[in-house]
Amino acid sequence: MSTLEIRGLKVSVDTENGPIEILKGVDLTIKSGETHAIMGPNGSGKSTLAYSIAGHPKYNITGGTVTLDGADVLEMTVDERAKAGIFLAMQYPVEVPGVSVSNFLRTAVTALRGEAPKLRTWVGDVKAAMEALSIDPSFAQRNVNEGFSGGEKKRHEIMQLELLKPKIAILDETDSGLDVDALRIVSEGVNRAKANDAIGVVLITHYTRILRYIKPDFVHVFANGKIVEEGGPELADKLEANGYAEYVTA
Amino acid sequence: MTTLTTNYLTPTGREEAWRFTPLKRLGGLHDGTAVVADRHSLTLTSAPVAGVSFALLSALDTSPISESDDVIVARIRDFAQEVSVLTIAANTEVAQPIFLKRTPGALDSAEFSRVLIRVENHARVTVIIENSGDTHLAEDLEISVAPGASLTLVSLQEWGSKSIHAGRQHAVVDRDATFKSIVVTIGGSLVRLLPTVEFAAPGASCELLGVYFATSGQFFEHRMFVDHKVPNAKSRVNYKGALAGDQAHTVWIGDVFIRAAAEGTDTYELNRNLLLSDGARADSVPNLEIETGEIVGAGHASTTGRFDDEQLFYLMSRGITLADARRLVVRGFFNEIISEIGDEEIQTRLMDRIDSELAKAGA
Ligand SMILES: Nc1ncnc2c1ncn2[C@@H]1O[C@H](COP(=O)(O)OP(=O)(O)OP(=O)(O)O)[C@@H](O)[C@H]1O
Ligand SMILES: [Mg+2]
Repeated sequence: MSTLEIRGLKVSVDTENGPIEILKGVDLTIKSGETHAIMGPNGSGKSTLAYSIAGHPKYNITGGTVTLDGADVLEMTVDERAKAGIFLAMQYPVEVPGVSVSNFLRTAVTALRGEAPKLRTWVGDVKAAMEALSIDPSFAQRNVNEGFSGGEKKRHEIMQLELLKPKIAILDETDSGLDVDALRIVSEGVNRAKANDAIGVVLITHYTRILRYIKPDFVHVFANGKIVEEGGPELADKLEANGYAEYVTA
Repeated sequence: MTTLTTNYLTPTGREEAWRFTPLKRLGGLHDGTAVVADRHSLTLTSAPVAGVSFALLSALDTSPISESDDVIVARIRDFAQEVSVLTIAANTEVAQPIFLKRTPGALDSAEFSRVLIRVENHARVTVIIENSGDTHLAEDLEISVAPGASLTLVSLQEWGSKSIHAGRQHAVVDRDATFKSIVVTIGGSLVRLLPTVEFAAPGASCELLGVYFATSGQFFEHRMFVDHKVPNAKSRVNYKGALAGDQAHTVWIGDVFIRAAAEGTDTYELNRNLLLSDGARADSVPNLEIETGEIVGAGHASTTGRFDDEQLFYLMSRGITLADARRLVVRGFFNEIISEIGDEEIQTRLMDRIDSELAKAGA
């Protein structure tokens, strides 16, 4: 049982005209097995929240705390956060030229477990994970994200989620750019990870579509750098009908 | 033994061709002060194959196949009385690479070496030259690729840390012949190589690939020249370099000359450098001279950058440490070229050496 606790998180980024504050005090608690949907207008700071939790160097933490089972996440290096059990499926996964998917996955799992996996079992696991997400086996030899289509990148992120088995997964617009079939396939992947490892999930999305596959326990409305409303699944339907007008004019 | 009298050729460092090279560190290869021993360190190390011969021939019977205005080449030709000649007979196809090796030489005297690789009509072959150990070497390597022939030449500079190597690798590529060169320079104190190509007839093509990795105090220079003097020839150049540590210095010069007669030329050259720490310097100078507009294409690109933070973040967000993430990125950067060698054992050896250089440099 794990708990990721975000308290009063304030984050700024450096610009030519000095730092600007993007997160203005975010409070959120995610426990194992829970699924939290975060919805909000473009530019409201959702990816900033995701990246800040994962430790991207671009974001300066100016206030607040993030802890995982009491341990100070903000003190950890990026790889330490992953080792502690935090996983970020990125909105724009990064291309890494010359590094094959299979080499990347083996290096990552070795780092996370502290020892190399048994080769035969691991090759089988990777094969199964690829199959489950309808990823062609040839992708194992391709370079990480290089030349992948938008949807292929997202499937590749969820494949990592299934193989690396984190405690808390933050999925940043994993559903954007997926066709109907891919959306179902990817959602099933997330649901498998939830069922097998009882992970806590933060699902950042613009669409209620994915929430029909991955049922959220909580829906949070994110606007202007903080959470402005919280509710159950019914809140998502309300947002779909009314948009964010009532939150952004405030 | 010939006396080296051509002092008037001695470069001063102001010449275009020498302006980057620390002449003092050449150990006298360029100015006639080097003590030259009569040494032939190049040997054939792979098993004999039909159609392939390797012999030391008299220079009197083996004239150079190209002209050169390089002073070191001139001095080698003055001095060398014998030439190491590798001949691949017409129509020979060898599945396995042919290995040549420079056995460890000495640092107290220099070797002036002439080498000729002759690939006769329609022969297809890969030749791998492994250079390791200590050396003080001036090398005039000429390559002839006859009509319809295909040569892949891999040249590995895995020299010991005090080695000095100034070499020209000049290929004359004939009608419908292809020449692919892969140069790897990861060891030595000073290495200055001139991979140059002249097209002798239409339909010829070349691909010049290379990687270099310089750490503290090392100077590696690679100076291409592709002479498009006939119509319808194609050239591609792709060199990638990484530098780590104080005073690491690399130079890449890409001269491509498209003469008036060279209609239908297709050329592109690329040089990318990865600066892994402060205090290192990468010079990169692409240079395209065009005398005819009737060409298929001509272009070049040169970039010098640092580690991509986004790549490192992505890898680290999967639990990979910073050091390992950097190692992966550097390996990935070089992999595009190294994987072209096609020999797993050598590729692994080179990557391991790159890893250890990177670790030593603490980048
Ligand atoms: N370097 C920067 N300079 C100026 N503004 C920046 C910089 N980096 C981020 N921002 C701003 O921070 C805000 C939050 O960005 P973020 O990517 O977190 O939004 P988001 O909620 O994920 O949006 P979307 O739904 O479009 O993905 C945006 O307005 C963005 O323009
Ligand atoms: Mg976003």
